[in-house]
Amino acid sequence: MSQTTSLKEIASQLRRDVIRMIGAAGSGHPGGSLSSADLFAALYFKVMRHNPSNWTRSSASQDAFILSAGHLAPILYASLARSGYFPVGELATLRQFGTRLQGHPCVGHGLPGIVQASGSLGQGLACAAGIALAKKMDAEPYKVYCLLGDGECEEGEIWESAMFSANHKLDNLIAITDWNMCQIDGNVDEVAGLGDLKAKWEAFGWNVEIVEEGNDPDIVAEALVRAGSVKDKPSMLLIKTEMGHGVDFMAGKHGWHGKAPSAEEVQRALAQIDETLGDY
Amino acid sequence: MTKYEIKGKKDTRSGFGAGLLEVARKNPAVVGLVADLTPSLKMGEFAKEFPERFFQCGIAEANMAGVAAGLAIAGKVPFIGSFAEFVTGRIYDQVRQEIAYGNTNVKIASSHAGITLGEDGATHQTMEDVALMRALPNMAVVAPCDYNQTLAATKAAAEFQGPVYLRFGRPSMPIFTDENQDFEIGKTYVMNEGGDVTIIAYGHLVWPALEAAQLLEDRGISAEVLNVATIKPLDKETILASLTKTRRCIICEEHNQAGGLGEMIAALVLENAVAMESFKLLNGGDRFGESGTPAQLMAEYGFTAENIAALAQ
Repeated sequence: MSQTTSLKEIASQLRRDVIRMIGAAGSGHPGGSLSSADLFAALYFKVMRHNPSNWTRSSASQDAFILSAGHLAPILYASLARSGYFPVGELATLRQFGTRLQGHPCVGHGLPGIVQASGSLGQGLACAAGIALAKKMDAEPYKVYCLLGDGECEEGEIWESAMFSANHKLDNLIAITDWNMCQIDGNVDEVAGLGDLKAKWEAFGWNVEIVEEGNDPDIVAEALVRAGSVKDKPSMLLIKTEMGHGVDFMAGKHGWHGKAPSAEEVQRALAQIDETLGDY
Repeated sequence: MTKYEIKGKKDTRSGFGAGLLEVARKNPAVVGLVADLTPSLKMGEFAKEFPERFFQCGIAEANMAGVAAGLAIAGKVPFIGSFAEFVTGRIYDQVRQEIAYGNTNVKIASSHAGITLGEDGATHQTMEDVALMRALPNMAVVAPCDYNQTLAATKAAAEFQGPVYLRFGRPSMPIFTDENQDFEIGKTYVMNEGGDVTIIAYGHLVWPALEAAQLLEDRGISAEVLNVATIKPLDKETILASLTKTRRCIICEEHNQAGGLGEMIAALVLENAVAMESFKLLNGGDRFGESGTPAQLMAEYGFTAENIAALAQ
């Protein structure tokens, strides 16, 4: 890919990929994939030190990424393919029988770039903490990034992991919450009283930053770099995003958490998103 | 019959503690995690000798399972320790996704299994853990019978590639297997050869099974005793060979009937059309435990040599 391709252009192509993948599959979760596309562009195309051609599951000698909110698999798959982990054409196989692109990330089907299975919520942060701990034991100067959904933070295990990571001073662990305020049944504050996430994470001993422009990949990238320099504490970036960002009829609507667009809706959506890197 | 002498009495969890220390001295990748039960799991010596490889997780078993998965992904060999109920039933989904489905090289050190946990009562006495763990693809289920065998099984678990559920217990029990024995995950051990009936057991019930065989010998009945120290993968060959020979069996387990070894072997017998003349099950049935001393509870459940012999007859 051209060195001059901007993160915004990359995010745009990732959104197109996601819409086309989920549209073709006939099922999947577009809302969160679209809200977090800018974060993925920032991580995979700027901030993370990773080597797709020499990747192993252990993520030794490189940064690791754990997708705790496993239903965002489409945006992860698009990011992996676009950064060279596997051919972009394979994105067309999402959710099909026999595919390596399972409905939620898994390791048993051998898709490069997938560190751990996820889908049952609340579990990825613990795994990320374990990898971060191992990297510290091995004096590896690499980081572990972990993406959580905001609704996912209703799971109790998240707060177990929050306590553990702070207690073990895992400053090589950087978690990000895709704070789009939407979950299946509605607004996160109405459904579960999620409340003041910043105060909560700070109370658990984390370095916390709210990123108001969570759908600007350059701003998100800067925040990720800032978090990477914090010492003795794990970091949480609360990125304020919009569910379904980039597609007017999906934007801000929790109904698009887990619904595939129809063929006509796919066309309407694609008309709003620039093709920047060439569709697969 | 093969003679077994009691070489002393110890809890099987101490076998785990000693085994963990041994493997940690040999393999720097071995790490230990515990959920606020270091003394109960006998992990204190390990923690003292290898403080940089010991991770206290607090009373948060779900997180502990995930952290262990991450450590395993990064090349460590983590043992996670807690009571059997809390590393199975409490966190079944974490064990399922992070360890079994994720196929991470995590060893689940499960202490205080079964009713012999004793006085704490039913909240802590899981009689369902084997069912839960054996239902998981990728998971090996290992249940050694005494201190020496638990030590050997811990070493074998560290060498084994893949998730292992290692089940052991709280009370002091007879030591009757060899020190420094080889332990192979996947093997059923023929403790005594006999031709009339097969007594199948694992864990704490292997010793009463051997005592029962002695009682039966005194009554002119030759009992074969199998120690199913690995429940999964099941050593079908050894079990089928014995059952084809004796056509009579009693399967003893400190576990409820649902999902236990008895049902596994029933399926094995039916699949292989072994014409059994007698097929008996001795287990916890379908109930929760209660407070009592291990000996009282063993008697209440009929986990005694006399009862096993009577049923086998």
